[in-house]
Amino acid sequence: MKITLGAVSKPYTSLKMKTGDWGTHWPKVDEELCTGCGTCEMFCPDMCIEVVKVGEENGKEIKKAKVNYDYCKGCGICAEVCPTKAIKMELKDIYKVI
Amino acid sequence: MVRKVVRGFYAVAHAVKLCRPNVICAYPITPQTEIVENLAAMYANGELENCEYITAESEFGAASILVGASATGARTFTATCSQGLILMSEVLWNAAGMRLPIVMVIANRSLSAPLSIWNDHQDSMAMRDACIMQVYVENNQEAHDMIPQAYKIAENRDVMLPFMVCMDGYKLTHAYEPVDLLDQETVDKFLPPYDPPIKLTTKDPLTFGCYAPPHCYMEFRVVMQRAMERAKKVMEDVFEEWAGLTGRNWGGLIATDHMEDAEVAVVAMGSVVGLVRDVVEEMRKEGKKVGLVKIRSFRPFPVEDLRKALKDVERIVVFERAVSFGHEGPVAMELKSALFGHSDAKVYSFAVGLGGRDIPKQLVRKCIEKSEEIEPGFYFEGVKDFEEVIV
Repeated sequence: MKITLGAVSKPYTSLKMKTGDWGTHWPKVDEELCTGCGTCEMFCPDMCIEVVKVGEENGKEIKKAKVNYDYCKGCGICAEVCPTKAIKMELKDIYKVI
Repeated sequence: MVRKVVRGFYAVAHAVKLCRPNVICAYPITPQTEIVENLAAMYANGELENCEYITAESEFGAASILVGASATGARTFTATCSQGLILMSEVLWNAAGMRLPIVMVIANRSLSAPLSIWNDHQDSMAMRDACIMQVYVENNQEAHDMIPQAYKIAENRDVMLPFMVCMDGYKLTHAYEPVDLLDQETVDKFLPPYDPPIKLTTKDPLTFGCYAPPHCYMEFRVVMQRAMERAKKVMEDVFEEWAGLTGRNWGGLIATDHMEDAEVAVVAMGSVVGLVRDVVEEMRKEGKKVGLVKIRSFRPFPVEDLRKALKDVERIVVFERAVSFGHEGPVAMELKSALFGHSDAKVYSFAVGLGGRDIPKQLVRKCIEKSEEIEPGFYFEGVKDFEEVIV
């Protein structure tokens, strides 16, 4: 392992430093309700939610929100701003009291 | 070199100017303000070449600007104290972790509440664990001399850490003293331009102080501790070089008087050392085996030097200018931890002159003499009779 002076790193090093384990909750997208409007994508402070093409219907693209769980810190803003309430914040299994 | 009667502010500002800083950034706070006012005047007069003087909106801003400037390879300076220093503290821990050799002067002042603008060491002591070097000076000549040395130590590749030159507010900053002012040629000969091992440029973007998950965070802390340990040797070398260059030898990490056969050692830091030295000399003349240990470097803490200097003494009297509330005086804490298993000396720690309370000579003498009769421990001295009431 290399330890740099002053914790200086080159661009893209942060990709290796995953932060998805910081939060206690994670967003779950209900694809039935998601209209692919992109509000969540716009509001996500960590660029961890993206509206992507999942299929086609009558020559029209079908788009849905996809969460990047590697970096999502579980802030819940996406769930808060979703106009169709398609995103729910769920407690991660490891934090559930059985 | 020219001897002039100047105030502590000017002694510092003049030395900073000769170190050719690239960025000076500060926010005014008593009793520091006139240090940066002097520098601002020098800047306005065109005496500071290749330098940017930035007036920040707060100490937090000032420290943040210097972190950015230092990362680009600039030689940086600021001065602050008290509330200003603790407002900077969030940034300064980062500066240390990013290994940026920012040099700052702390015009030591007490902390609120109650509000006080007067001198003690509570402010810099609050920064004890931040991996910032701390040297306490005794007079304005030492403050003047420490500035170029601070840059040389901080910018050494084996160190690369921020440096705090701690000088007592008012007692030194406001005092007029004759100071042998350095000249540009001497400082240029002693202090090479800052050559950072790595620097931030627009062409080569870098992250300073990146995220370190549990699998690699500890190693960064290990290298910081190593840098502090290496700083001891670097300091000694730089101090020695300085003595050779200027003829002024301030000692090593500590400086001692009459310690060869001392039975009682008196330990102090900062401007009070001059007074303590007078008392020690007086007692020596009366045949009492008293010696003085002046701690110059509080961080890194001179563990080995203190073990050596204090190995044969029976009693150690420490003059504290701060309190670690809930425990005792911070200097005695460190000293006892350094001596544990190496000395059986009894340690008496006296907090004096908090919040600018006067420290008369008789008080210093009283504490030293009192240690013969009392149990080792922590005491406040120079306190009036008082009663605790609600309003």
